[in-house]
Amino acid sequence: MFKYILRRIFFLIPVLLGVAFCVFTLLYITPGDPARMVLGDLATDEAIKEFRDREGLNDPFLIQFWNYISKAVFKGDIGRSYSTKRPVMTEIMTAFPYTLKLSAFAMIIAIIIGIPCGIISAIKQYSWFDTFTMIFAMIGLSMPVFWLGLLLILLFAVNLRWLPSSGFSTFKAMILPSVALAAQSVSMVTRMTRSSMLEVIRADYIRTARAKGQKESIVIGVHALRNALIPVVTLCGLQFGQLLSGAILTESIFAVPGVGRLMVNAIMSRDYPMVQGGVLFIAITFSVVNLLVDLLYAYIDPRIKADLK
Amino acid sequence: MSDKNNNLMLDIKNLTIYFEMDEGIVHAVEGLNLKLGRGESLGFVGETGAGKTTTALGIMRLIPEPHGVIKSGEIIFNGEDLLKKSNSEMRKIRGEKIAMIFQDPMTSLNPVMTVDKQIAEMISLHKNVSKSEALKLAGDMLELVGIRRERMHDYPHQFSGGMKQRVVIAIALACDPELLIADEPTTALDVTIQAQVLELMKELKQKFSASMILITHDLGIVADICDKVAIMYAGRVVEYADKISLYSNPLHPYTKGLFKSVPEIDNDVDELPVIPGLMPDPMNLPSGCAFHPRCNTVCEDCKKFKPEMQELEPGHFVACPVVAEVLKKEKN
Repeated sequence: MFKYILRRIFFLIPVLLGVAFCVFTLLYITPGDPARMVLGDLATDEAIKEFRDREGLNDPFLIQFWNYISKAVFKGDIGRSYSTKRPVMTEIMTAFPYTLKLSAFAMIIAIIIGIPCGIISAIKQYSWFDTFTMIFAMIGLSMPVFWLGLLLILLFAVNLRWLPSSGFSTFKAMILPSVALAAQSVSMVTRMTRSSMLEVIRADYIRTARAKGQKESIVIGVHALRNALIPVVTLCGLQFGQLLSGAILTESIFAVPGVGRLMVNAIMSRDYPMVQGGVLFIAITFSVVNLLVDLLYAYIDPRIKADLK
Repeated sequence: MSDKNNNLMLDIKNLTIYFEMDEGIVHAVEGLNLKLGRGESLGFVGETGAGKTTTALGIMRLIPEPHGVIKSGEIIFNGEDLLKKSNSEMRKIRGEKIAMIFQDPMTSLNPVMTVDKQIAEMISLHKNVSKSEALKLAGDMLELVGIRRERMHDYPHQFSGGMKQRVVIAIALACDPELLIADEPTTALDVTIQAQVLELMKELKQKFSASMILITHDLGIVADICDKVAIMYAGRVVEYADKISLYSNPLHPYTKGLFKSVPEIDNDVDELPVIPGLMPDPMNLPSGCAFHPRCNTVCEDCKKFKPEMQELEPGHFVACPVVAEVLKKEKN
């Protein structure tokens, strides 16, 4: 198991190099001069030239890339933000807790609503509960988060005045963004739980459990659920990774000062080091979450654990 | 069939089970009658789709819902009708009184549970023992079916097919059931393992002195293990007798056809004789006797009336009026 983890971490290296290269290239070919954006329209040509020299923006592409990577690897320095002048790492670490909180809340909502709804839908297939759940899941899946977010603000913040529309300091303020962000995940978890459960409750070993004289609640809650959850766990992990990295829209709508919003602002102001650092950070988070999911997967499914040894 | 036998354990009367699908009604079991005495073992033979498994699941009251429905009939087990039992009463009977061995050992065990826990689950449900005792008994059961105790904490995927079936047998026998229903227990196994598993079942049946219903389409297995044989065709029992009289003197045209199609090791034939035609579509059974389109002794009445079981020889029941007629003439 330990060997497996080490190997997975080793495989992270080429992934991160690739991500870094892609982002670097994209930023390099994006029009717009960061010096101009940072210094403003009134800056003199000298000032701009001086900025470009200092930040190494005049170097050839590969040299720039090499400088960036070598600094990151050997000094752990991924640069300073052009606009705030603070280290990119510090900026991300200030913003990350907000994103983590938001994603965790959304994930919790997805799990505590999605899994029970999926189970009931599967047991009572074609009942009115099942039909309604599936309709809501379809709506949740197809509703873009920016639209749902605006609707939620309009209803709960503007009209009813129950909940604040922005900020992320109090629990109350976290409700709307978490719900908006969770909508898609809830739907996916529900649908996945339902279909996986439907498959499992027809399995022979469920019949075996019934033939033992086992209670229906245990047949479903223990024998069926444990097997049905295997694919659901994978989905939850992927979703959580996506929530962590993809909360950009939600954070912008609800003015949550997380990594997503940091990134949007950085892109707007051509803050190259910030964008690069942010994307690398998201890639790392995503990979780490995936690794954790794979380990969890082995824990739930003994057939996989055997393969990891 | 007479009721004088007070040693009767299972008496199925007129059992009818339908599957109500969108496309129509599947007549899986149609007015089935069957008796089983204490300590007896009955071979339940028929083609795929004849309704053998459905009958077995009917006895367990495990017909898959919502499509499967037990339409009518009685299943008298130890003098009580199982179809009148509540769900919780039925749960006490399943496993403790009637246990079942399923067809496919590959899928019959829960893949995320160690085998000792799966056996212990059965024991804890029906015996008043602590958890650790149940696990210890589970280990004993494994040893009984020929699996080393050290392997009790393994998962099903770590066992071979034959060993999985041994585990399934251990689960079924864990609570010393009065009736064991084995639904094609060796179909999914290769021939050498089949022989081992059958030998094991024979041995354990004697040890536990349980009655058994063995569902199979292998007449050889029946000859090896069973005392009585019931031949099933399209949801009904067409012939029922003790093994010797059925094997020496099959009476129903379908049974005769079955025996003819068994290959013999000494005879060198190019092609086996077969019963012409196919099993009828259970959604659309032929009128009268369901076998009449394939029967070589068919008469006009066969197409109109459902044949009743008649005792043509002592203990030998056949559902065919034509054969009954012939026998009567011979006797006179």
